[in-house]
Amino acid sequence: MDDGLRLTDLRILRGAAPMLELDLHVPPAAIVSLMGPSGVGKSTLLAAITGQLSADFTLSGDIQLNGRHLRPLPAQLRRVGILYQDHLLFPHLSVGGNLAFGLSPDVPRKLRRDRVEAALHDIGLDGYHDRDPETLSGGQKARVAMMRTLLSNPDLLLLDEPFSRLDKTLRDQMRQLVFAVARDRDLPVLLVTHDAEDAQAAGGPVIQLTQINR
Amino acid sequence: MRLPPALPLLTVLALLGPVAAGLWGTFSAGFGHFPVAGLNGPSLAPFQTLWAWPGLQTSVRLSLATGILATVVSLAITVLLLAGWTGTRPFRALLRMLSPLLSVPHAAAAFGLLFLIQPSGWLVRAVSPWLSGWDRPPDVLLVQDPLGLALMIGLVVKEVPFLLLISLAALGQIDSTGRMQVATALGYGRIRGWILGVFPALYARIRLPVYVVLAYSMSVVDVAVILGPNTPPSLSVQIVRWMAEPDLVQRTTASAAAILQLGLVVLALLLWRGAEQMIAITARRIAYSGARGQREAGLRVIGLSFGTLSVGAVLAGLAGLLVWSFAARWSFPDVLPDGLSLRNWQRNGPAAWQTLGTTFVIALAATLSGLVLTLGCLETEERHHWRLTEKGLWLLYLPLLIPQTAFLPGMQTLLLQIGVDRTLWAVVLAHMVFVLPYLRLSLEGPYKAWDARQGTIAAAMGASANRIFFRLRLPILLAPVLTAFAVGMAVSVGQYLPTLLVGGGRVQTLTTEAVALAAGGDRRAIGVYGLLQTAAALLPFMMAVILPPLVWRNRKGLQHG
Repeated sequence: MDDGLRLTDLRILRGAAPMLELDLHVPPAAIVSLMGPSGVGKSTLLAAITGQLSADFTLSGDIQLNGRHLRPLPAQLRRVGILYQDHLLFPHLSVGGNLAFGLSPDVPRKLRRDRVEAALHDIGLDGYHDRDPETLSGGQKARVAMMRTLLSNPDLLLLDEPFSRLDKTLRDQMRQLVFAVARDRDLPVLLVTHDAEDAQAAGGPVIQLTQINR
Repeated sequence: MRLPPALPLLTVLALLGPVAAGLWGTFSAGFGHFPVAGLNGPSLAPFQTLWAWPGLQTSVRLSLATGILATVVSLAITVLLLAGWTGTRPFRALLRMLSPLLSVPHAAAAFGLLFLIQPSGWLVRAVSPWLSGWDRPPDVLLVQDPLGLALMIGLVVKEVPFLLLISLAALGQIDSTGRMQVATALGYGRIRGWILGVFPALYARIRLPVYVVLAYSMSVVDVAVILGPNTPPSLSVQIVRWMAEPDLVQRTTASAAAILQLGLVVLALLLWRGAEQMIAITARRIAYSGARGQREAGLRVIGLSFGTLSVGAVLAGLAGLLVWSFAARWSFPDVLPDGLSLRNWQRNGPAAWQTLGTTFVIALAATLSGLVLTLGCLETEERHHWRLTEKGLWLLYLPLLIPQTAFLPGMQTLLLQIGVDRTLWAVVLAHMVFVLPYLRLSLEGPYKAWDARQGTIAAAMGASANRIFFRLRLPILLAPVLTAFAVGMAVSVGQYLPTLLVGGGRVQTLTTEAVALAAGGDRRAIGVYGLLQTAAALLPFMMAVILPPLVWRNRKGLQHG
């Protein structure tokens, strides 16, 4: 059942204080943008969906992804891809090594190198397989990080202000690329951002999160 | 007035002078040049005596095997604990025990372990006779076993806290949280993700401390005397035995063996280095294969069990020292003595208190002069805008990487020739060699972390550099300086070989006295000395914890860190 992401009666408490309440549906190939001031709980929500919520928070309600209930699952079994504003490439692996780290283990050993090379081609980095990631430009690093996430075959893509460290031109290119790839693969996308232009470029519904009054 | 650059020079001299002089002494005596004994070399006679010694092969094997195995096991436990449990409640509980555990002297921990696992120890008593059927201590080699397993365990329980503490300090610098978030979101299990994503960066930062553990484990003497086999013992213990022979010629045999010990450590380090590269290649292949390692609950349990066991063993061992020191009659297989008495303390107390005094004088002298040098270096380097380079770091670690048994015999033979061996000050100098690196390592971070703008503001108000140092920086750094002081004291209190060889039997500390008791097997006396030794090392730590909040009770900004 490819239904996308459904958050039902989702509530997050920080300690005993309510922080966030949300009902949300992100269908496949749709991009929903979440906006709101710092501290409203945007990143906390993403952590709740990836399964990496810290022990200071309590979560209730239901999270479903394509019909699977995510909350009972440990983070590594949720198939939720996430891109952060820092690219977080592993500096001890080559560019190709970083992509292979993401590439699904179902791809057999013999085909992995070809798949990685093809992925490099897709992001315009032919011949970069053995390069040290530190030698890449900011835009190139961002593309590698995105491709690394996609190669793990996620069912959902979360974007945690992934464009905010890029300069203006790169930001536009990167947005176009990420959104096109997501639509191409029918991925539901949840975008968290400060930047109204991001939300505008995404073209989907925009949800304003506000501080809960206590 | 500017601080004279003499301080860094003096520090390097204090750090490396004894090592260089000691190695020189070892090499000349090892090649048969030892005028005090009437030998004018060079000759290969010392090596011929060494080769002819029937125990050589076994003692070399013991040194290599226990050293490498202890390092591998300690590192494996550290990795499994960090990979499987970082940020969890049991992990935080373990962390609280780390600093005190680290300051427990090796000899005290080894005695505690001995009381736990020897045939008449607590573990056997706990199962006797109802389960084991033993009503006398069984005649099995549980300690001092020919394979050196007890020795290895004794090393592991002390090295795991060391590696954990060093790793925790390094993890903050490599964004381990971010790396784990990425690995987890890509579907990696906790341990697999940590080992492939975090460990390579961590290892690059803890490589030197790991080498120190390896070199130390291969050449340790006090733990090996207590827990290791006797006939023959590991190479370093045999070196000390030759050094203790009344016939001065045997010191040349000891020196030849010391050169061999140095060679063994160098060989082991090269092997380790090779293994590092092979493991790195394998890890990159595994990372390329994309296998996610999602079923690893078993590994996590193993990591936590071994971590808890190694912490528990030290704590239970200390409890054993405590009970033995107060024990009246205590026959096998009773789990507790028939009664408690102060007799052991009354009998051993007076001598032990006096030794405690000597121990503190040496530790205070070495640590305080070490602190002056270290702070002087840090301040001078900052005024000259020097930075500690990779090479500088190696210099700092050098005295910890060269086995003690390789240069201390030479230092002793040199001091003997100029006639100043067996003095308190010579012992203090020898202790400083080992205290200085730890002082620098524990002050490096806090010293660099201070906000330089505070100095700029003070200077703009006309404060001299010295005034800024004494009136601003030192008071603000009270807590880290006290912690460094405690580390220095603990290092000095725990030293065995420098006191034994340089003190030549005339200078006694709690550690040398306690280890000397090992042969006699008077468990009550060992309990008293082991406890006092632990107390002497822990006391400065408690002071470092208690004092700063008292001094700064009205200064909220200084109450953390």
